[in-house]
Amino acid sequence: MALATDLRAALFTYLIVHGDDNLILAQRLGEWSSRAPDLEDDIALTNIGLDHLGQARALLAYAGEVEGAGRDEDLLAFRRSEREYRNALLVEQPNGDYAQTMARQLFFDAYQLSLWEALSVSTDATLAGIASKALKEARYHYRHSGTWVVRLGDGTDESHRRMQAGVDAMWRFVGELFTRTAETEPLVASGIGFDPTPWKSDWDERITAVLAQATLSVPNEPFVRTGGREGLHTEHLGHLLSDLQYMQRTYPGLKW
Amino acid sequence: MSDAADQAGAAEPLPPPDAGASGPPPSDTTGAGGTAPDDIRAMLTQVVDPEIPVVTIEELGILRDVTVTDGAAVVTLTPTYSGCPAMDLIRDEIRRVLAAHGIERVELRTVYGPAWTTDWITPAGRVKLESFGIAPPHAAGSSVRPPVACPRCRTAPTRTVSEFGSTACKALMVCESCGEPFDYFKEL
Repeated sequence: MALATDLRAALFTYLIVHGDDNLILAQRLGEWSSRAPDLEDDIALTNIGLDHLGQARALLAYAGEVEGAGRDEDLLAFRRSEREYRNALLVEQPNGDYAQTMARQLFFDAYQLSLWEALSVSTDATLAGIASKALKEARYHYRHSGTWVVRLGDGTDESHRRMQAGVDAMWRFVGELFTRTAETEPLVASGIGFDPTPWKSDWDERITAVLAQATLSVPNEPFVRTGGREGLHTEHLGHLLSDLQYMQRTYPGLKW
Repeated sequence: MSDAADQAGAAEPLPPPDAGASGPPPSDTTGAGGTAPDDIRAMLTQVVDPEIPVVTIEELGILRDVTVTDGAAVVTLTPTYSGCPAMDLIRDEIRRVLAAHGIERVELRTVYGPAWTTDWITPAGRVKLESFGIAPPHAAGSSVRPPVACPRCRTAPTRTVSEFGSTACKALMVCESCGEPFDYFKEL
């Protein structure tokens, strides 16, 4: 399948956008390793993180192939600067307490259900394959995060207070996930990529139901923070990348 | 995008891999030292999942295709989970086993679609899982999981401790009768 040059560039960016979302979230979830409230959830969070890392690896490896400049997934992960990262602001937000991590995860999982479902019928066979695999994973991620949000929201006064605070803190980063970007246009026309805007209503429906069951209120926050998709990040990403990249920055090309 | 073209063909649902060498005759039986794909499959029965070392990659359903193209053995794998950390080790092991049989030219391909399902675990693989102490998966696709039998007591009630066990593909359960914790291979 030979792609026109502009389509190739658009696909590269599209793969980077979604690869970065998964890579950065995987790194955040990995930070919970040995620090989760109990052993089972320590294992759960790192397992979910591993799924996201695998999805990131597949997308970034394919991005490198599409780019055709000799960059593999490791070079793309370890040797790009903060401004070249295109992940949404939501996934780079600090873990906070367990409730905030669960709010971030629930919001992202609910979005990924729509994303992977759409991409699993992409006209690009490689992307469709990655998505059909990831969709299965997003389903049980969503079950896990939803269960926790309900348990904490409908739990003790303290857990309810913290869960609501987590939901409130993450809410303003949601809108960006459903923002259509210019690079996506040619991909939408050819059925490779999709406009995320229409997925918001499904997301609203899912999240409203979970929050209701969790006895949490839906935040009334009209303000939407954006910038990640253009490479303009919150201060947190730089710190995360310094942790993620220091070894390959210090010893470029180092092999284990 | 040669890989995309390769994988386009694999987008058709493949049948579950054959457990033996009884599949349809291979179209290309030359190269790789004159070794037929079925012989290569037979060699690959030495390659097991490092995290469940009783089950071969064929029994697990992750060995998707074996062909011989231009004198190279082309082995196509699909991961159980996107982030399966055993994949690199399995690839190394395939190269090592084939090299031991004199096959040096090996091309390893990874496909993600059609997505792996636990339904591809062969009957022999399921028996081995259970004898290893891992409850084999129920059929994929149902929204409510039927009761899981303890691999030791068989009939006793069990409960889920965590959806995430020692590896991504397993849930942690405990038997209400013998009290033993055990892994359940989650249906996917």
